[in-house]
Amino acid sequence: MHSEVSLYQDPQHAYIGKRQPRVEDEALLRGLGRYADDLAVLPGTLYAAIVRSPHAHAVVKQVTIDAALAMPGVRGILTGADVKRWASPFPVGVRQPMEHWCLAVDKVRYVGEPVAVVIAEDRYLAEDALDAVKVEYDILAVAIDPETATHDDASILHEAVGSNVVNDRHFSYGEADSAFEQAEHTLSLKVRYPRSACTPIECYVVVGQYDPAEGGYDVMANFQGPYAIHSVMARALRVPANRLRLRTPPDSGGSFGIKQGVFPYVVMMGLAARKVGAPVKWVEDRLEHLSGASSATNRVTTIEAAFASDGRVSALRFDQLDDCGAYLRAPEPATTYRMHGNLTGAYDIRHLQVRNRIVMTNKTPTGLNRGFGGPQVYFALERLMQRIAVTLDIDPLEIIRRNLVPSQAFPYRCAAGALLDSGDYQRGLELGIEQGGLAELRQRRDVARQAGRHYGIGYTVAVEPSISNMGYITMAQTPEERRRAGPKNGAVSTATINVDPLGSVSVHISSTPQGQGHRTVAAQVVGEVLGLPLESIRVDVELDTGKDAWSIASGNYSSRFAGAVAGAVHNAALKIRGRLKAIAAQQWQVPVEDVVFSEGRIQTADGEHSTSFHRLAGATHWAPGTLPQGETGGLRETAFWTPAELTAPDDDERINSSLCYGFIFDYCGVEIDSLTGRVMIDRYVTLHDAGRMLNPQLVDGQVRGAFAQAVGAALYETFHYHEDGSFASGTLADYLIPTTMEVPDPHILHMETPSPFTPLGAKGVGEGNNMSTPVCIANAVADALGETVEPGAIELPLTPSRVRTLMGIEEPPQPEGVGADSVSASAGGGSKLSASDSVEIPASPQQVFDSILEPETLKAMIPGCHSLELTGDNAYRADVTVGVGMIRARFDARVELTDLEPPHSLRLSGAGKSGMGDATGAATIRFTEIDGGRTRLDYDYEVTIGGKIASVGGRMLSSASKMLIGQIFSRLSQQVSGDRIKGSLWQRLRGLLGKRGGDA
Amino acid sequence: MYVRVDERHRVALTLNGRERSGYAEPRTQLCDFLRHQLGATGTHVGCEHGVCGACTVMVDGRATRSCLMLAVQVEGRRVETVESLSDEDELSDLQRAFREHHALQCGFCTAGILMSCHEFLGRVLEPNEAQVRDMLSGHLCRCTGYTGIVQAVLDVARARQNNRQETP
Repeated sequence: MHSEVSLYQDPQHAYIGKRQPRVEDEALLRGLGRYADDLAVLPGTLYAAIVRSPHAHAVVKQVTIDAALAMPGVRGILTGADVKRWASPFPVGVRQPMEHWCLAVDKVRYVGEPVAVVIAEDRYLAEDALDAVKVEYDILAVAIDPETATHDDASILHEAVGSNVVNDRHFSYGEADSAFEQAEHTLSLKVRYPRSACTPIECYVVVGQYDPAEGGYDVMANFQGPYAIHSVMARALRVPANRLRLRTPPDSGGSFGIKQGVFPYVVMMGLAARKVGAPVKWVEDRLEHLSGASSATNRVTTIEAAFASDGRVSALRFDQLDDCGAYLRAPEPATTYRMHGNLTGAYDIRHLQVRNRIVMTNKTPTGLNRGFGGPQVYFALERLMQRIAVTLDIDPLEIIRRNLVPSQAFPYRCAAGALLDSGDYQRGLELGIEQGGLAELRQRRDVARQAGRHYGIGYTVAVEPSISNMGYITMAQTPEERRRAGPKNGAVSTATINVDPLGSVSVHISSTPQGQGHRTVAAQVVGEVLGLPLESIRVDVELDTGKDAWSIASGNYSSRFAGAVAGAVHNAALKIRGRLKAIAAQQWQVPVEDVVFSEGRIQTADGEHSTSFHRLAGATHWAPGTLPQGETGGLRETAFWTPAELTAPDDDERINSSLCYGFIFDYCGVEIDSLTGRVMIDRYVTLHDAGRMLNPQLVDGQVRGAFAQAVGAALYETFHYHEDGSFASGTLADYLIPTTMEVPDPHILHMETPSPFTPLGAKGVGEGNNMSTPVCIANAVADALGETVEPGAIELPLTPSRVRTLMGIEEPPQPEGVGADSVSASAGGGSKLSASDSVEIPASPQQVFDSILEPETLKAMIPGCHSLELTGDNAYRADVTVGVGMIRARFDARVELTDLEPPHSLRLSGAGKSGMGDATGAATIRFTEIDGGRTRLDYDYEVTIGGKIASVGGRMLSSASKMLIGQIFSRLSQQVSGDRIKGSLWQRLRGLLGKRGGDA
Repeated sequence: MYVRVDERHRVALTLNGRERSGYAEPRTQLCDFLRHQLGATGTHVGCEHGVCGACTVMVDGRATRSCLMLAVQVEGRRVETVESLSDEDELSDLQRAFREHHALQCGFCTAGILMSCHEFLGRVLEPNEAQVRDMLSGHLCRCTGYTGIVQAVLDVARARQNNRQETP
């Protein structure tokens, strides 16, 4: 399917806005790319291999290197002791006593953490010697799950901090509390976003050198920026920034954020070179990369909305727990704050409360990853919007529409401070519905469902932030801490244009691309401004911090190229043009505005005067004496550009976290294979408004690439850790990147609302689908599975086994003639289980006792209860669905309350029959008053299960019944306390349970 | 060929139509030998365990993972890498189609993909999209989402077919 592009057709533009084949491609297609491992190294260069920890958490007692040093070709070994002598820990983004060194110095905190570096005459020999380095460990308990890592009894990674929670911040905007109190409805959803990475095909490569004469390091690495990290590296190496010359290769084999994480190795290989007195080269292998390079931050979010019956949301609460792994590596906790200003998404929601916690676990440290914070936020927000729609029984699209930021409201200041620069979200929605064929997609769903197939449609809207504000990272600090540290803000981009004596034009940009086509677009912009053919312009994207113009925001991240860097290129080209115009105007004695540039010539608009570009430009070198007064000669201009809108966070904690905010509207239809649980994307429609498109072909390329990665994140990819912290996704046969067979062609739509804040009106577009697509697919899967699945159980990746488990095995319909009479009180001959437990309830024994006798309460207490019908004195007939493992059975059950001794004890018994087997059970419940009008409820129960359902095995049955019975009493607790405290709690519970808990 | 484990051996082969030789240990991977001994750096190494396909070359006309083959195994054989696909003046039709369809971004996986496509198009003259996708499923590309690659291969197949019909 070809995309439909509304080309920015302005006849005045020769190149900008046009589909333009890339200047990069010819060399890459011929195999002449120059990637980091292709570059020549100096004679005598040695090769490194890294000894890594096999343990997730351990004290490093001793590192013995003698045997390894004696191995053939080994020239030296760098250990923690060397690192302590020559280097410092990396600076950390929060004020906590935690140290991260480039090599472990005392403890290891994740599987794959570097412990020593073997340096040998070739890579094979270095790897041979790895096993000969003997490391003695004292193994410690691990903290893997982010929630349990916050508990008091969790194993602590950084002892000096005293807790695994290293940062805990609360934010409040507007009047969220009263909005929640006054709301007709509230709804809460807890979701978990997993770990994955947009892992590139080229791994890390570093070549380090040390110059003892200057006391400086010279390192080539396929680093991607941001160059704020240069300061982190220089400080770790204990040198001024001008003694760390960092260079990048001409080509880089993808990054998507991940190659930001090469920086500890830049330091490590600089030190390795110092250790052996020779250049040291390191090429990472895939196992090292997957296990130890970098990862997206996994997050546990509890999100809550206050909303009216028409679906209008008045307030949101986010509780975000971010798992940054074993170390808080710069720029983390940026994942948490990148989206902060625009947490309310594309919606006009004025009241907002946020709690952000950063937790350390024994996993690989996190870092930049395409989408950076966006997938996590939208997964919570857009799943919640879908739940609101289901709860109110209103079309999800209608819920979205009613909450969008109004078209006339731009620029729109969000509750948390983002200034949405431009957009027309309503029009985007209409365009997407119409041009993407939503009506047909709905028909396809109807047809599929009529045929008994599992088909669902999911929707997502998102704003895609780009050109991040360097100041957002300081949101992890309190306003007081920020005041003390001094303001941080802005995002400086740079471009340099040089015109040589023969009049040919060279451009340098410090954007460090990894395949995005920056050279092409920069040439388009310069060609446009100076009226030159594209092929005559040469663009250099290597960055050498020792020679080139750069700043902390240099590099390739936060989709900043089109808006910021291309804008700086434009500004530099305007400077060159301005100088040339002045020279021509003086030579021809015409007004400056009459001078025009086109087709390689500089001329007057009336055509009376004309000269070639190279002749006039060359004069700045060959004949400076002929130039106007004030003209310095030579022709080279560097433009620095930073937007005024990117101010530092204010004392009310508002932050415009990015400069530009594009708009995305996605929807998709998915079908689930009922046999295997495989999710198949039937159609995916994605509409983008990224402002003005500089090269629509490259825009589509970004959309397609992000979409494919998002399909991976939604359905296949995850970094899996075992309970002991061992890593289980170390090869590309375990970590499943989608292939041609899994990635459908998305239907791409565009609209253009230029940004008023960037020089060319362009916004970023590189990360949108990484943010919108995972949740869009999840919403479609939720729609396909329907209300039998707990909303919070829709977790990524939605692999066939996970989806199949969610679907369960539905029992076949009851054969005719077999009726209710066949329900007997005894099952006999099955598995027998008994146990006791207790629960505390914030109400008096009498209140609790009375509640149980109420049919409504009883119905709400029983999980999966479809209906409850009174058949006698405290006797009921119930229709209940119970799941054990994958088996889901619908029971026709009798429930009875007997031996009533108010308010001290009663007996709850039941017997049920289903196609999957039968069950009987009874519990004796005792009510004891404890302090302050609370009740402890003790219960002993006995359950007998027979038939197919018993075949799942005793252990599973035991844990399933324990869970089920636990659920019954915790639901009772919620019922009783909810009724007592506030009516809306009951509504909330009903909302949580979908329509199962009530008759809404 | 008799080889000793701890010694380097001369390996002679035909690389992209020229007689070449270099030295390799028995354990040296073919990809490392091509890149670092013979200087054919157009072939890239992405995973070193045969999944990503970036290192695909042709050995005696068959698309082969050069990370799963030893250098000594190509002694006396014919190896083609991405550098063989075009002459100095012009890109091949396949390479041009990749450029037109924006079938590459970072270009790192491209060399291997081109070699698989090159072999495939020589073998399957009138492929449909399903066949092309099946062939490409042995390659991982992280940038493009594959659409442009599939279109490029189908385009080249169609154009070659038209040429065959015009020039019987």
